[in-house]
Amino acid sequence: MNLGYLAYKNMVSKPLNLLLSLMLLSLSVSLVTFVFQLSQQLGGQLNKNIAPFDMVVGAKGSPLQLVLSSVLHIDVPTGNIKLKDITALQNHPFVEKAIPVSYGDNYRGYRILGTEPQYLKSYNAELSEGRLYQKSFEVVVGSGVRSKLNLQLGDTFLSSHGLVDSGAEGHEDHPYEIVGFLEPTGTVVDQLLISNLESIWEAHDHDEAHEHEDGENHEGHDHDGEHEHEDGENYEGHDHDEEHEHEDGENHEGHDHDGEHEHEEHEDLEITSLLVKFKSPLGMVQLPRFINENTSVQAALPGFEIQRLMGLLGSGVQTINGIALAILLVSGLSIFISLLKTIRERRQELALLRTYGFHTKQLLGLALLEGIFLALTGFVIGWLLGRLGVFIVSGYLNATYGYTLQLQGPELFELFLLGLILVLAIVATLLASSSIFKLNVAKTLSDA
Amino acid sequence: MVKTSGLTYAYGNELEMVFPDIELTPGEHLLVIGPSGVGKTTLLYLMAGLLPPVKGSVAVDGTELNSLSRKEIDKFRGGHIGLIFQHYHFIKSLNVIDNLRLRQRLHKNSDNAQRRLQLAERLGLSEHLNKKVTALSQGQQQRLSIALGLIHKPKLVLADEPTSNLDDINCIKVINLLKEEAAISKSSLLIITHDLRVMSHFQNRIEL
Repeated sequence: MNLGYLAYKNMVSKPLNLLLSLMLLSLSVSLVTFVFQLSQQLGGQLNKNIAPFDMVVGAKGSPLQLVLSSVLHIDVPTGNIKLKDITALQNHPFVEKAIPVSYGDNYRGYRILGTEPQYLKSYNAELSEGRLYQKSFEVVVGSGVRSKLNLQLGDTFLSSHGLVDSGAEGHEDHPYEIVGFLEPTGTVVDQLLISNLESIWEAHDHDEAHEHEDGENHEGHDHDGEHEHEDGENYEGHDHDEEHEHEDGENHEGHDHDGEHEHEEHEDLEITSLLVKFKSPLGMVQLPRFINENTSVQAALPGFEIQRLMGLLGSGVQTINGIALAILLVSGLSIFISLLKTIRERRQELALLRTYGFHTKQLLGLALLEGIFLALTGFVIGWLLGRLGVFIVSGYLNATYGYTLQLQGPELFELFLLGLILVLAIVATLLASSSIFKLNVAKTLSDA
Repeated sequence: MVKTSGLTYAYGNELEMVFPDIELTPGEHLLVIGPSGVGKTTLLYLMAGLLPPVKGSVAVDGTELNSLSRKEIDKFRGGHIGLIFQHYHFIKSLNVIDNLRLRQRLHKNSDNAQRRLQLAERLGLSEHLNKKVTALSQGQQQRLSIALGLIHKPKLVLADEPTSNLDDINCIKVINLLKEEAAISKSSLLIITHDLRVMSHFQNRIEL
């Protein structure tokens, strides 16, 4: 029989003590690891998603909302902007690439994004099957969408208005055809259906006609921009007002249907936003300020906005970590008290073990084994609970935002936490077992 | 071979207890009798190295206990001395068989398992091997305590009132077992007792 077995038996012979110590310990571990995983993975995923772009240009509004909607695809857009307003920017010497994106429809809750093939390159999204879209209403599908919706190459579907699955209002005249699938990238691309800009325009041009015919009201629809024009609002300070005064009932059909027009020819065309990567750091310094001060559109810096967002989350994370630390200290105290109590109760057994040939250090080892066993078990249970939490939240995030959290193995920080807990347990045990050294075997055995 | 010479002990400032010299050959028995408080149990602890004598020495199987460090005494005691306590002590979180197994820890031998079962059988504990020790009756606990003192075939068995809670039948069983074990393992046997049933079976005795 080894000491480990004895330590184990000693521990399980006091199930309530054991339960209390384990619960406290695993509670603190699960809190710390859960929050760590959540903030790290969300932060990592956010950073990965914003990495390809330095600036996003869109309609005026909250810059955070602009970043969330246009880069991370989790919020509603701030509105649309005129394509012609940003053509100068596309050719600016500081700009390496400027990718227009446009959206407003979804297929079963997944956003259909109209953009240029360059967008895919920015995220290093490769085709796993099929080919890239070549004409309007051809889409390539992100890996997450594919597996969730179980789509096949050649499938066709009708998009729905808006960004969430409402199950109503389809663009019945423009079915999309799936022509390709993308490799998993671990970015927001996995959660998108991507087509060309023209598809979005055509779907809505056509739709516009319907709207005018039946007077349908598309609240929350991202074509608010166009409605604004129709209502004659928001024209102040606009350079090209006179060129596109719209009349009620104007028909947008005829625009852009062959997809070969130069963008410049379509000054009425709108996009949701423009994603910009700078060639030179000077761009970062000069352009956003210039745009915000001198134009009717706004520029937001994803890096800055996300940092701000994480800063807000950070204080929450710190609060939870503080609570977890307090619980950890209490669990250390509980291990100390419970060991102190058991060692007092087991004085006679310890004396007996001395007559069996165990020396003082082995008895100390026995107590340490108990402490370490507690720490390890508590950590493992807590760690598993933390991961269970990540799993549950992942399901929620996936359903709501299309974000997936990975269930990762132990990370360096968590091993550090384990080390901290072991040290805590060992210190508590040593403090509790000082009486082992002073044990008077003969007297203890005589006391009945 | 067990030998004490000039053993003296004192608790605090109390009067010194001076013990007669004892010499036991392998397999030899000795009863220690005398009124309560005279220091019988103290003598037992001195011989087990659990108390350090004020004066004098104990040698067991040729080893001077005084010459050993605390750690070495613990180890030597574990291997060479079997203690049967007046107040039984067990590891309460372990069952009967595991208590026996734990006692054999320093006595690594391939027939340990067989030895456990055999001894339990002879002490009438076979049916209780998987019970918690606290579930045993007083008599069963005393017999387990005796088994724990003998299981590792010690060179010196020190028994403190080993039959106080036993009925006549079990008392005879235990006396025979002690004698047999002493003979087989060539153990020296020192028994502290008030029990007339025990006294009638052993010739050799000293009175404190």
